[in-house]
Amino acid sequence: MEFVSILSIFVMACFIGYYVVWSVTPALHTPLMAVTNAISSVIVVGALIAGAAQGSVVSKWLGLAAIVLASVNIFGGFAVTERMLAMYKKKDKK
Amino acid sequence: MIASDASAAWVALAYLIAGVMFIMALRGLSSPATSRAGNRYGMVGMLIAVITTLVTHGIASLPEIVGAIAIGGGIGFVTARRIKMTDMPQLVAAFHSLVGLAAVMVGWAAYLNPAAFGIADLTALIPMPGAPVAMQTPVYTESYARLAHVMAVRDNSVHLYVQSCIEMGLGIAIGAITFSGSIIAFLKLAGKMSGAAIMLPGRHVINLGTLALIIGLVGWFTQDQALWVIAAITVLAFVIGFLLIIPIGGADMPVVVSMLNSYSGWAAAAMGFTLHNTAMIITGALVGSSGAILSYIMCKAMNRSFISVIAGGFGADTGGGDNGPAREQRPWKRGSAEDAAYIMKEAETVIIIPGYGMAVSQAQHVLREMGDQLKAGGVNVKYAIHPVAGRMPGHMNVLLAEANVPYDEVFELEDINGEFAQADVAFIIGANDVVNPAAKTDKSSPIYGMPVFDVEKAKTIFFVKRSMGGVGYAGVDNDVFYMDQTMMLLADAKKMVEDIVKALAH
Repeated sequence: MEFVSILSIFVMACFIGYYVVWSVTPALHTPLMAVTNAISSVIVVGALIAGAAQGSVVSKWLGLAAIVLASVNIFGGFAVTERMLAMYKKKDKK
Repeated sequence: MIASDASAAWVALAYLIAGVMFIMALRGLSSPATSRAGNRYGMVGMLIAVITTLVTHGIASLPEIVGAIAIGGGIGFVTARRIKMTDMPQLVAAFHSLVGLAAVMVGWAAYLNPAAFGIADLTALIPMPGAPVAMQTPVYTESYARLAHVMAVRDNSVHLYVQSCIEMGLGIAIGAITFSGSIIAFLKLAGKMSGAAIMLPGRHVINLGTLALIIGLVGWFTQDQALWVIAAITVLAFVIGFLLIIPIGGADMPVVVSMLNSYSGWAAAAMGFTLHNTAMIITGALVGSSGAILSYIMCKAMNRSFISVIAGGFGADTGGGDNGPAREQRPWKRGSAEDAAYIMKEAETVIIIPGYGMAVSQAQHVLREMGDQLKAGGVNVKYAIHPVAGRMPGHMNVLLAEANVPYDEVFELEDINGEFAQADVAFIIGANDVVNPAAKTDKSSPIYGMPVFDVEKAKTIFFVKRSMGGVGYAGVDNDVFYMDQTMMLLADAKKMVEDIVKALAH
């Protein structure tokens, strides 16, 4: 892909992020941070490439270590978000 | 990309879908009703990204990869199950540090194996990593030899693409700053390190100098890809991360956590540029803007400029509580649990303002019980939450949700502030600075300009506080203590609310 097209995606995504995040209710700002934490671990894609590739043993082990770290974040981030969101309840309609 | 089939249209499409799923995940958070569905979108997006990568990049080392995911996933899952909601800020800071470190590692891995990442033109020298497994097996045994080969060639003739050098250098630098900064934030939030601001002489010069040096080195890296350059970038970035966060006091931690959230996003985005991966770029941009917006909201809620937070020092000499001139002695009234129970029972509207002190004494559950009892008696109970109540954005909402307080009884500052004039009781528990009228009237106050609750308009104010001695985070006295309609309820927050609950039962 050309640099300019990648940059376009990036810039558009920044704008989407801006509007989407402002629409998040302040009551959910902590889950927001937890879930952004989980999704920023998409960096695992880079770690997987390194871990799966051949050529450099050091690179491979760095990749595997990064997979471990990113997985802590992915599983931990989504699980803790799920746990928090499950707590938000509406008033009981009696 | 070098990996042959990785450039196929379906791969790009799959990553794009993953990116869209992440947007949906954040979109879901616009209301608690849709939030859980949003979180599921996020999980699906991550699954798509991981599977796509595995399918396109050689399954040869699948057992190791699955092992690594299992180890990390297990640790993450157990931690997420066990963590106390009051400890959420530290957990988030710790998670940020992991993203940062992972980014550094991926950057280094890319540097050491540019062929696999498609960031240098090495096709003539090395077999394609994306080739079928059968073709790779004999190659695998030669990996040591080829490592030496690749390293050797780099020194002489092989250059990484200039653009990749910049992206990778920045990614590593931002990742390293995120890592070391988050470690400090974690230690401060977990109370393993003094929350006070630690000031080094000449730190602004040191910090700016180091930052300039890092940027200079990234530029140098495009010309000279020797190991020392990337090592120097990494080390300097680790150092600047420490230096940047150490002078920031505990009161500003919500901003710091949000800011590091933002950095972890930009680190992911930089790596996305290196790998030409849309899922990473979209996510990085989302997370980056999310953290930036949260920092902005936090700064605004404290009436502090972002620059002054970064510069640090807030709460530097006021955190101890044992210094400063003796405060003037003014008359104040002490109330009892029975007084509070009696007055609140007769009230029409009670607004509860919880602060972090409530969470520290774990009073949220019994507070909800008190609210339930009042509601059963026909009292209109509302909770009012300041954006900086707690140690991170939205922390207090989570704590109340955990105590089963329905979210439609919980209101934000601007939504409820007009209601204090009609309220019979303002019940302040564990909060202080956020109800301090000095923020509105006293220009010399360190919290001047911070938006605060207009509690002084309520008919009666109950102020639950451990003693008259302690002051808020900002270290300023509060006129509300001495008002005619204020009754101080001096006790541990949990104990006091328990007593009120007992008194209400009579």
